Amino acid sequence: MRRISWFNATSLTLGFAFLYLPMIVLIVYSFNSNKLVTVWAGFSTKWYGELFHNEAFLDAAWVTLRVAVVSSTLATVLGTAAAYVLVRGGRFFGRTLFSGMLYAPLVMPDVILGLSLLLLFISVGLDRGMLTIILAHTTFSMAYVAVVVTSRLVAFDRSLEEAALDLGCTRWDAFKSVTLPIIAPAVISGWLLGFTLSLDDLVIASFTSGPSSTTLPIKIFSAVRLGVSPEINALSAILIAIVTVGVITTSLVSKRAITKRQREENRAGP
Amino acid sequence: MADHPRTSSQTEFAPWTDPQAKPLIEFRGVTKRFGDFTAIDDLTLDIFEREFFALLGPSGCGKTTLMRMLAGFENPTEGEIRLSGQSIVEVPPNLRPVNMMFQSYALFPHLSVWDNIAFGLKRDRKSRDEIAARVEEMLRLTRLDQFARRKPHQISGGQRQRVALARSLAKAPKLLLLDEPLGALDRKLREDTQFELMDIQEKTGTTFVIVTHDQEEAMTVASRIAVMDHGKVKQVDTPARVYEVPNSVYVADFIGDVNLIEGRFTPTGPDRGEITYGAGEPPILAETTEQIAEGQTVTYAIRPEKIRVSAERPEDRSNVAFGKIIDIGYLGNVSTYHVELAGGQMVKAAMTNATRVERRDFTWDDEVWLSWRASAGVVLTQ
Amino acid sequence: MRRAALIALPYMWLLALFFVPFLIVAKISLSDIALAIPPYTPTLDLSRGWAGLRDWAAGLDFENFVFLTTDDLYWKAYLSSLKIALLSTFLTLVVGYPIAYGMSRAPTEWRPTLLMLVILPFWTSFLIRVYSWKAILAQEGFLNQLLLGLGIISEPLTILNTNTAVYIGIVYTYLPFMVLPLYAALEKLDDSLLEAAEDLGCSRMKAFWLITVPLSKQGIIAGSFLVFIPVMGEFVIPSLLGGSRTLMIGKVLWEEFFSNRDWPVASAVAIILLAILIIPIVLFIKNEEKQWESDI
Repeated sequence: MRRISWFNATSLTLGFAFLYLPMIVLIVYSFNSNKLVTVWAGFSTKWYGELFHNEAFLDAAWVTLRVAVVSSTLATVLGTAAAYVLVRGGRFFGRTLFSGMLYAPLVMPDVILGLSLLLLFISVGLDRGMLTIILAHTTFSMAYVAVVVTSRLVAFDRSLEEAALDLGCTRWDAFKSVTLPIIAPAVISGWLLGFTLSLDDLVIASFTSGPSSTTLPIKIFSAVRLGVSPEINALSAILIAIVTVGVITTSLVSKRAITKRQREENRAGP
Repeated sequence: MADHPRTSSQTEFAPWTDPQAKPLIEFRGVTKRFGDFTAIDDLTLDIFEREFFALLGPSGCGKTTLMRMLAGFENPTEGEIRLSGQSIVEVPPNLRPVNMMFQSYALFPHLSVWDNIAFGLKRDRKSRDEIAARVEEMLRLTRLDQFARRKPHQISGGQRQRVALARSLAKAPKLLLLDEPLGALDRKLREDTQFELMDIQEKTGTTFVIVTHDQEEAMTVASRIAVMDHGKVKQVDTPARVYEVPNSVYVADFIGDVNLIEGRFTPTGPDRGEITYGAGEPPILAETTEQIAEGQTVTYAIRPEKIRVSAERPEDRSNVAFGKIIDIGYLGNVSTYHVELAGGQMVKAAMTNATRVERRDFTWDDEVWLSWRASAGVVLTQ
Repeated sequence: MRRAALIALPYMWLLALFFVPFLIVAKISLSDIALAIPPYTPTLDLSRGWAGLRDWAAGLDFENFVFLTTDDLYWKAYLSSLKIALLSTFLTLVVGYPIAYGMSRAPTEWRPTLLMLVILPFWTSFLIRVYSWKAILAQEGFLNQLLLGLGIISEPLTILNTNTAVYIGIVYTYLPFMVLPLYAALEKLDDSLLEAAEDLGCSRMKAFWLITVPLSKQGIIAGSFLVFIPVMGEFVIPSLLGGSRTLMIGKVLWEEFFSNRDWPVASAVAIILLAILIIPIVLFIKNEEKQWESDI
């Protein structure tokens, strides 16, 4: 095993301190009893209590959650199909346009996406509300799902699909019973990615939401625009905690699966 | 292995010699092009039922394309492929009575050994009991009974190879395709598995077509070998004939070790002639069934083990040459002597090491006599 | 048949919700200035057939684009966005490279954990991560408290609501986008290449510049695009951390749309932004495809 050099240890320490200190400070001060966020006045959980009595926040959270579940599910179906078509579909008319449209939302500034979708919805006379946010979120989440699934499909041994065909499967059967179970982890992470992106989105949701469908980020943004607020700190701490637990759990689960697999492979011999 | 088709082929199993026999597979003028590249070039070939047929050649010779056309993953650009007399060009892979054992084995990682073997049977909508019975039978045939519940990553490479075989045999295909089936195994295991494959082929009576670049493997398992090069079949014959009577320099050189001596041919009788090759060397006396014109350039191919090395000039052989040992390759069971003749021609001669190494007769720079019979080599015109 | 359906479904979706909207933006950007409510003149009346189409086309003009050139707010905003995007991409690369390098040289068994530590912020709300800097950078914030307490400064620094805060915010939030592709490229780097370079007479530094940097080119390109392109249109960071003098085109577009309610001008602003970004976007997609293909 190689020892890590001083230079690398220092850059890692500073780098991760930079990434994590702001979030840690935020969480710590969410337990500050003082209304002035930056002045510590003792431990308290009162901001959490207030948060759970704030109807407006709870409503927005419920809207956001529903939008995220529906749009990431739609995006997973469409994104997986798109990735499969691009990796396995061979040539077809307009393939370049297709892959361009698929990957462009990854980098396209949100303001452009939001504005263009809003103008579309208006010109076809679609009232802005949850449906329009879902349509918008599905469109950009699809790109992320497609990227994650593509990278898995590229690494996928094609002869597995051929073996399924050879043993009597139709293409659809082969996809269902061989390809899908094997790429399932990528499909699931694509869904999770779409879900978090949807939870997180402010700009596109602002353009495409109507008065009855305020999402949590819109609510947070209008609250923090003017300054820091202890309630938002509490809300942020909760969101960070959820993501942290989620990410750490999945990485532990996958790490255990890998170690178990390696152990079994070693035992099985060459 | 005493009654394997190959060993009995000279006497009974040789349908290719019977003009009445109907081939199982017929390639008729098959060409396959990928863009500008011609993978298979106007190929015609018959494979008979119960054969263990080997497609042998270097990588890129078209053998894999040929096999993938049989499986249905590629379609010929021109020509016809027939199975039991019926064209199969339009039949998709899932409807062909042909199964394939993949080079990577392509075992489904998310399914157990049992489910992998049952996979094809389930597609046929067979009853639960029928499937179970067939899977058990396959497990027994490949000696995998204890591993039925394991996943592919929980078994060894040799066991995985047997699962792949069992899976592709489970549907009792008319034809089994094996793509480099033993390539991933180490040498010792490969040899054992070759015999196991032959055994299973015989027990099930399935026609096997194997793709390999390993000539020893092809020689061991096959009833007939097709030697391929650049999309063409160079020679189709039994292993013994491909080795002993190659029809071209390419085949002679590809299979086994060989000395290739170029010279001019002079007929001296109806089935014999002399080959003049180097200044100062006596001409080689050779037998041939071909009609070769006087003065034509030919290649004389002779296997190293057909040449004897001796210290004294032997009197009983038709061909004798004198030279000096330049190099000795010691392989354990045999030693190969690289001998330079007076005219500069290098000739390899292989001798079995019947005695221990310290009592070996020849060493570097020894002057020796090489000798061989007139019938030991072949005269090749292409 | 199924293949056609499989292609058609995502294809139609993207055409309807990605491609067509851009056409609409383009059309509206050429329409007459009007406040908020459609329809915009000219309107397309297809029932009049060819004449309708011709009248419609004749009614379109570039007055919104002309308007953009007359008010120097717009071109100053484009230039300022470009400067901020370029500089912050460079800063993110400088900060991110040592992190990615350190990760790729770390002992193998640490790497999954380090990778998780980079990915974690990526999954955490962007808005919240930007927001977290407000309390740090404010006049009475943690950074000033710390520096005053250590006696490094005697007067609190003004960082929040300046461009400096915007740079900090961008580097912070976009850092994972830079580190991940860099790490992917550096991790593939074979140690023996560096040993070979040193064996052939390179110093460590020289080997780094001659071997490591060129071989991580793909990662540098991908990471830089992933930062540069979205930052050009960034809205959240300048509006939360920047001041009134922070000019960025994303913010201008937002205000044009939501505050001035001038949709044709907002559309024209978007079209020009897109025109600036189209080349980097195409290059980015090409770069990604090249990577997929080399992986196949």
